[in-house]
Amino acid sequence: MIPYLEKRAEHSQTMVYISPFIALGLTLLGGIMLFSLLGKSPAQALYAFFVSPLTSLYGWAELGVKASPLVLIGVALSIGFRAGVWNIGAEGQLTLGAICGGCVALWMYPVDSIFVLPLMMIGGILGGMFWASIPAFLKTRFNANEILTSLMLTYVALLLLSLLVHGPLRDPDGFNFPESRIFHDAASLPIILDGTRLHLGAVFALVAVGGIWLLLSKSLIGFQVKVIGQAPAAGRHAGFSVNRMIWFTLLLGGGMAGLAGMFEVSGPIGQLLPTISPGYGFTAIIVAFVGRLHPVGSLFAGLLIALSYLGGENAQITLNLPIAVTGVFQGMLLFFLLACDVLIRYRIRFKPVSRLRHG
Amino acid sequence: MISRKLNLLTTVTRKMPAMLAALLIAVTGTSVHADGHGMKVGFIYVGPTGDHGWTYRHDIGRQSLESELGVEATFVESVPEGADAERVIRQLATSGHKLIFTTSFGYMNPTNKVAKEFPDVKFEHATGYKRESDNVSTYSARFYEGRAVIGTIAGHMTRTGVVGYIASFPIPEVIRGINSFTLAMRKVNPDAVVRVVWVNTWYDPGKEGDAAKALIDQGADIIAQHTDSPAALQVAEDRGVFAFGQASDMSKFAPNAHLTSIVNNWDPYYIERAKAVMGGTWASVDTWNGIREGMVSFSPYGDAVPADVRAAADAVKEGIASGSIHPFDGPLNNQAGEQVIGSGERLGDGDLLGMNYYVEGVEGDLPG
Repeated sequence: MIPYLEKRAEHSQTMVYISPFIALGLTLLGGIMLFSLLGKSPAQALYAFFVSPLTSLYGWAELGVKASPLVLIGVALSIGFRAGVWNIGAEGQLTLGAICGGCVALWMYPVDSIFVLPLMMIGGILGGMFWASIPAFLKTRFNANEILTSLMLTYVALLLLSLLVHGPLRDPDGFNFPESRIFHDAASLPIILDGTRLHLGAVFALVAVGGIWLLLSKSLIGFQVKVIGQAPAAGRHAGFSVNRMIWFTLLLGGGMAGLAGMFEVSGPIGQLLPTISPGYGFTAIIVAFVGRLHPVGSLFAGLLIALSYLGGENAQITLNLPIAVTGVFQGMLLFFLLACDVLIRYRIRFKPVSRLRHG
Repeated sequence: MISRKLNLLTTVTRKMPAMLAALLIAVTGTSVHADGHGMKVGFIYVGPTGDHGWTYRHDIGRQSLESELGVEATFVESVPEGADAERVIRQLATSGHKLIFTTSFGYMNPTNKVAKEFPDVKFEHATGYKRESDNVSTYSARFYEGRAVIGTIAGHMTRTGVVGYIASFPIPEVIRGINSFTLAMRKVNPDAVVRVVWVNTWYDPGKEGDAAKALIDQGADIIAQHTDSPAALQVAEDRGVFAFGQASDMSKFAPNAHLTSIVNNWDPYYIERAKAVMGGTWASVDTWNGIREGMVSFSPYGDAVPADVRAAADAVKEGIASGSIHPFDGPLNNQAGEQVIGSGERLGDGDLLGMNYYVEGVEGDLPG
């Protein structure tokens, strides 16, 4: 007997809403088993992961700091994924945004003007859009697979950043170490909660969630995204341009990723470094899918994944759990979430080997 | 059976102070900082503790703190150098750690930032130069001294006259190591050259192994490295050439190819600094120790190193320890052959800290 997945004719709408909670329950169960096997108290471990990071205002603010880039990029990517445009290179677009935003800051040093930050934001957005326009051009002109081109451009972007901070952008007073000077005050993001690191980027992430939700549900282009994603032939028949959709979704994703990159260097980091992002552009892909490609879903998914990172650090500090356990636990969480989703849409059936062989 | 019981007994006795301290905390509700038991020390690592290189040696130092002083030494591993570092450092500071070691260059600005908010916590940053408040110290080892020793061995042992060098990032620390190695090698063997491959990573066994293969294909018969994994030694072992280990004793990865390893020895420094915090004598300092103080040490020579080469290498070690030899003694030319300093002169620490050029004998262009 061989198990296979059969698509359900109709999936239960109730289950769509219950499934995240089932997944959470299963994760807790799996966590209890994992931590018991390691000889740690499951209650303490789960507390360290999910509760203790949020016992202070500072903890909540850090959650916002960590989740902002994930949400900002995740919501933008989900639009592209809905339209069947697979932009895997948000990490590179983020890096270009950080480079361009950072270059504006360094170029304007030490100008003290309220225009510095807006210019940096524009620089970041344009940088990310430019990087995303390359896969868009290659896709629409030569039909090159955007998964490959956008991914490979990520490595080019990371090397470009490395080249710049090892060379022209190096801090003149920094003993030749590879980092730019620390941005001056006018080029640093304002903190929106005193005593924490929560910055303006969090507000933009929320605005992005609302804006993209409106775009998807109320605008013509949102409608086109949904039609082309679900039924490309119908979309073409209706006269929607697939090429325009590719350009639109890639530029949107690239621009938002670029903005997120600029926020990182201008906010929590405060300078250009050889490494800016711990893989936010890649994690945002997970955020988009865990959020079921829905803007509000992406918001919650971004918060959940951010919390699992904070919890992982916390578990290392308070319980001496190795980082590998954090990885396994995060993996479990994602696995259960996605597995539950699959089982909403599909059911597991078994068929004998012989029937399989004959088709 | 008996031995197991004995073991149990020793474990219990060894843990007695900690248990008593826990009891005391439970009963009185206060913690006992004064005698060290119960003092919490935090470490933040850039890599995994199992890298067999940089982070591994810091973690050995952390463990010696636990076993020697009975303090509780927490670590957080694989923390990216970026926005996350500041949160982790602050989290260590708020969770009762009185002394925090931040063990990578990229933690410099976050360390200084958090230190200003926690004047009662002492911070120790490895390999940086900023001490913006008086609760921050910096420390590093003069690894270039170790590189002069292995450069001497390479000069004696290369047959092809080409030595491969796997380098991480073009920062002064790494460039200084390449130069020190090259100068020592050419003192013994003036025609030998060093070929450098930059891999742009501290730890990536795949890339490091590929770099070693490329260098061997270009004629290198000895591989040195400034990256953290033992991958290059394993390649050298397969290909029948020699190699040096980095940061920790890597002989077990390449029993035939391994000539010696420079071993980073942080244990004494960590113990000294923790004791200073307990005794209330801790002060902000900049430490740059080398062979003399034992912060730079070596694993035993491999069997392939002949007696006369061992003697030559030992002489360099002793000379550096006594101060009669300095790896950057003149005359010293840059890559283009222009004289940097003449005979009888010596580069000072300031010149070494910002070093951004190759010396004569290094092939290829310096990136950046």
